Amino acid sequence: MNKKLIFAFLILNFAFSACSNTTPDNPKLILATTTSTQDSGLLDLLVPIFEEAHGYTVQTIAVGTGAALKMAEEGNADVLLVHAPAAEIALMDAGFGRDRFLIMHNDFVIVGPADDPAVIRSTTLAGEALNNIASSQTGFVSRGDDSGTHKKEKSIWASVGITPAWEGYIESGQGMGATLIIASEKQAYTLTDRATYLANQENLDLEILVEGDEVLLNVYHVMTVDPDNWENTNYEGALAFANFMVSDEVQALIKDFGVDKFGQPLFFPDADKTDADLGI
Amino acid sequence: MFFDAEVLQITLLSLQISALATGISLLIGLPLGTLLALGKFWGRSFLLSIVNTGMGLPPVVVGLFVAMTLWRSGPLGELQLIYTPAAIIIAQTVISAPVVTGLTAAALQTLDPRFRLQLYGLGASRLQMIWALWRESRLPLLAALMAGFGSVISEVGASMMVGGNIRHQTRVLTTAIVLETGKGNFDIAIALGVLLLTITFLVNWALTWIQQRAARR
Repeated sequence: MNKKLIFAFLILNFAFSACSNTTPDNPKLILATTTSTQDSGLLDLLVPIFEEAHGYTVQTIAVGTGAALKMAEEGNADVLLVHAPAAEIALMDAGFGRDRFLIMHNDFVIVGPADDPAVIRSTTLAGEALNNIASSQTGFVSRGDDSGTHKKEKSIWASVGITPAWEGYIESGQGMGATLIIASEKQAYTLTDRATYLANQENLDLEILVEGDEVLLNVYHVMTVDPDNWENTNYEGALAFANFMVSDEVQALIKDFGVDKFGQPLFFPDADKTDADLGI
Repeated sequence: MFFDAEVLQITLLSLQISALATGISLLIGLPLGTLLALGKFWGRSFLLSIVNTGMGLPPVVVGLFVAMTLWRSGPLGELQLIYTPAAIIIAQTVISAPVVTGLTAAALQTLDPRFRLQLYGLGASRLQMIWALWRESRLPLLAALMAGFGSVISEVGASMMVGGNIRHQTRVLTTAIVLETGKGNFDIAIALGVLLLTITFLVNWALTWIQQRAARR
């Protein structure tokens, strides 16, 4: 039934594309993104608007940033919305991406039990906080899944010259939501993006202890996959999506997203800024 | 990371957990299945249909209920079992016990009822009779054991939820495959998948060998 409907829809699409210029030649667009943008609900708001305005059918695949970048490399995605700048630049340099635009940021926070056994609440620098956790050997749950969040955590450990390896340091290998639950159950610390923490807050016995450090910025870029490597990629659609994300209309939507539910925005639009403005 | 100490540790943990869960399921399923097959009591067929439904329990649902029970906020939270191998064993036992029970009951019910009468006629005690029936249906009983093991070694939803996929502690082969796929390491994920299939094959090969040797006797 559903397949028939889709088929009928495709036929109609073909019929209309002859007389309309809003329907693209290849309407199927694969967007590879991170679980954090999917879980926050932002894409549920933006993707239907894009589909409506440009006539594409977007298939959103939410995976870890590592897998999203791999999908771009292997031509299994057309456009990416990801948050691992260093790895993204490496992919651009290797010739797998064509355009890359700054879209928005939110931030990471370090959460932990309210009694704060490692005494990190008074610290303002993320590196100092992790240092305290390591030297007191208290529990810390790492994503351990090569995601953008995990890459960020590893870079902070590296910045203070610590290789985390003590009894209480564990790797969940799961998404942010599941990792927060494990940290809450074990009354351990973890690094999380603010949006996922806010969305799960009511089920968690954890508090935000460290926030506001510049290294904790979580910056999202949209990136189109270079069609020269894979002829089946939909570059036209990818570029349309990238331009849509930096448009004034979408930037305004990002600015207000989540305010009604959480009393604070989950993301901050950055299309009018450069990487240097954000210190990366 | 392939064929290194970590893969070995993950593989051994998977085997230990699933073998223990299957073993416990056998201890539960063999007597319970026998009771359901041979017993005459009110509600027997109702209980049997519950067990048969249990043979198709979705692992994620089992994982959810076991997790809710074992969380610190749950009724058994004080045992502090969540995110330990013991938690996975509990969940996997809940998954495989109905399989072993249901198939045991089915195996015993296919025996000719006259065989039981004959045993009674020869003066067998109740225990002797059950022992003789188990021996008689050892082929389908071993098949029940294989089905029970197969249902848990290949299961990922419950292990992920109650174990937490914690490295060096509760990471098993199936959850490691999910993780490596998520990381984009498809080659490692495939290699782990082949390893899992190989192990499942070897275990079933051994059990089938025992089964077929029994068949010839």
